[in-house]
Amino acid sequence: MAVESGPRVAGAADARDGVRGRAPRAGKNPGRLRRALSTHWYAWAMVAPVVTVIGVIVGYPLVRGLYLSTTDANEANVERTIGVNHIPATYESVGLDNYRAILDDGVFWDRLTWTVIWTVSCVALSFALGLVLANMLNRKLRGRSFYRMALILPWAVPAFVSVFTWRLLFNEKKGVLNKILEGGGIDAVPWLNDPTWAKLSVITVNVWLGVPFMLVAMLGGLQSIPAELYEAAEMDGANAWQRFRHITLPGLRPVATTVVLISAIWTFNMFPVIFLLTRGGPGDATEILVTYAYRLSFVVSPRDFAGSAAWGVLILVLLSLFAVVYRRALRKQGEVW
Amino acid sequence: MKKTGTPRPRGERGPLASVALHTTLLIASAIAVLPPLWLLVTSFKPQSEAFSTALVKDFTLGNYDHVLNDTKFLHWVANSLFVVGLTTVIGVFISATTGYAVSRFKFPGMRPLMWLLLITQMFPVAVLIVPLYNLLASMELLNQPLGLVLTYLTIAVPFCAWMMKGYFDTIPVEIDEAGRVDGLNPFGTFWRLILPLAKPGLAVTGFYSFITGWAEVAYASAFMTGEENLTLAGGLQTFVNQYTSDWGSLTAAAVIVAVPAAVIFGFVQRHLVSGLTAGATKS
Repeated sequence: MAVESGPRVAGAADARDGVRGRAPRAGKNPGRLRRALSTHWYAWAMVAPVVTVIGVIVGYPLVRGLYLSTTDANEANVERTIGVNHIPATYESVGLDNYRAILDDGVFWDRLTWTVIWTVSCVALSFALGLVLANMLNRKLRGRSFYRMALILPWAVPAFVSVFTWRLLFNEKKGVLNKILEGGGIDAVPWLNDPTWAKLSVITVNVWLGVPFMLVAMLGGLQSIPAELYEAAEMDGANAWQRFRHITLPGLRPVATTVVLISAIWTFNMFPVIFLLTRGGPGDATEILVTYAYRLSFVVSPRDFAGSAAWGVLILVLLSLFAVVYRRALRKQGEVW
Repeated sequence: MKKTGTPRPRGERGPLASVALHTTLLIASAIAVLPPLWLLVTSFKPQSEAFSTALVKDFTLGNYDHVLNDTKFLHWVANSLFVVGLTTVIGVFISATTGYAVSRFKFPGMRPLMWLLLITQMFPVAVLIVPLYNLLASMELLNQPLGLVLTYLTIAVPFCAWMMKGYFDTIPVEIDEAGRVDGLNPFGTFWRLILPLAKPGLAVTGFYSFITGWAEVAYASAFMTGEENLTLAGGLQTFVNQYTSDWGSLTAAAVIVAVPAAVIFGFVQRHLVSGLTAGATKS
């Protein structure tokens, strides 16, 4: 895919070439394709493995997924082998019916609303906490490396292990959190069994998991801001808040924008936390779009492959829209990337 | 924060500010550390007391003994190590070459490739999982570690390539040029000069691939069935589900899983900051 666009822009690209190789001189009157090939063959050779990998295990399934989403494929009519009998596929195309059904149905919009709430609150909270903690750590401080290690720990422990740990803590009848509350004379809280509490719980766990990433990224960002700027500002009489507002925040922008974009996408697609903590329950209260699509194709019976694929495509469209809008907003503010 | 008025040397704060700072950091650290710590504590309790709030009363290694000897835990570890190891090695290598090409050469198809890498990162599991399932089934790779390796590459490679590009951007082009003047071809420059310089970046990238595979749940739960074939993420789920709740074994297994990951993390975290921000600021 990447390679096909080659010949058309080859001339322009030549002019911009930074480090150019000793292109083996092709014979007389080389065609444009030939010339492009001889100039760029090693660049292409170097990206070829990734392009192949992505093409085969992302491109093909994606196209196939798009196709499945316009059929009525489910567990009962796909190609399958039972014992020695091979049963051919009998599903057929239904056009855009799947999409129509999904968009007409309230379930999608409910899940979408919750997914947006989930993404925004998780990203905002972990970003804010990460920023505050990074600012606290980015100064002379006794025990700095100890704090750093401690605060990064949630990231070091594999996420699914942490999620199991939280389930242990959240256990309604016997969990530690409720035992502690009981000691204070407060009734047991149904952490994972009440829709509202379950939502709060999954957000808590995800923020807990997400803060270290933000913290590390922000620390790196802070350290790349030249100290001279602060000195100059101090000389000019800027107080701590002004320095933070006018030096730290703008200085963090490049890191922050990338980190927020990445973590928004990760959170939007955050499968393990929800799946392992609540399985989307109680009912489907904490089911985000991704886990719901997974439920359609691997949990419910009969497995609804077509519906799941259609959900997947819709999720992808939403994310692409988000990325485009986000980038455009950045570009409008003069960000190059 | 810092009070104005009494002149104080630069970068120093009053005792009150210090106390506030340390208190906040201590609370934050406690919140960060307690859940894993509680996991560790619980793993040493006998099964019957898994939920007692007391610290360890009857210290026991019974859970570990049970997990290691009576369950398929070691199978799962082996499966995970194989899958994750292979993903890391392949992922790092191919994303490094791509990152280098994208960072150093302007070639036709570069911008689409960058977009491709960026967009692939946002692919929800949900779009790919069913077609991938079918694809692996037709290649008879379901329930095979190799199938999972292929799948994990889709997650690891785009992000790693992006990160490696950011890292290579921080290495001066002059080094390449010097190499070229001395007669190295582009591959030689990459292999002998740039790759050794990029070790921290490689470490971060490798670590990222490792963690991604080690902690992946969705694909592993869907593609691997049968106790023998599970990876850790799937295997641990069998301890606590709607039918059983063997928290003792779960906690012991979780500790065994978490420790190597945390140790590797400890080694890499020094490079993590530079690697991540290089990727972020330069992309």
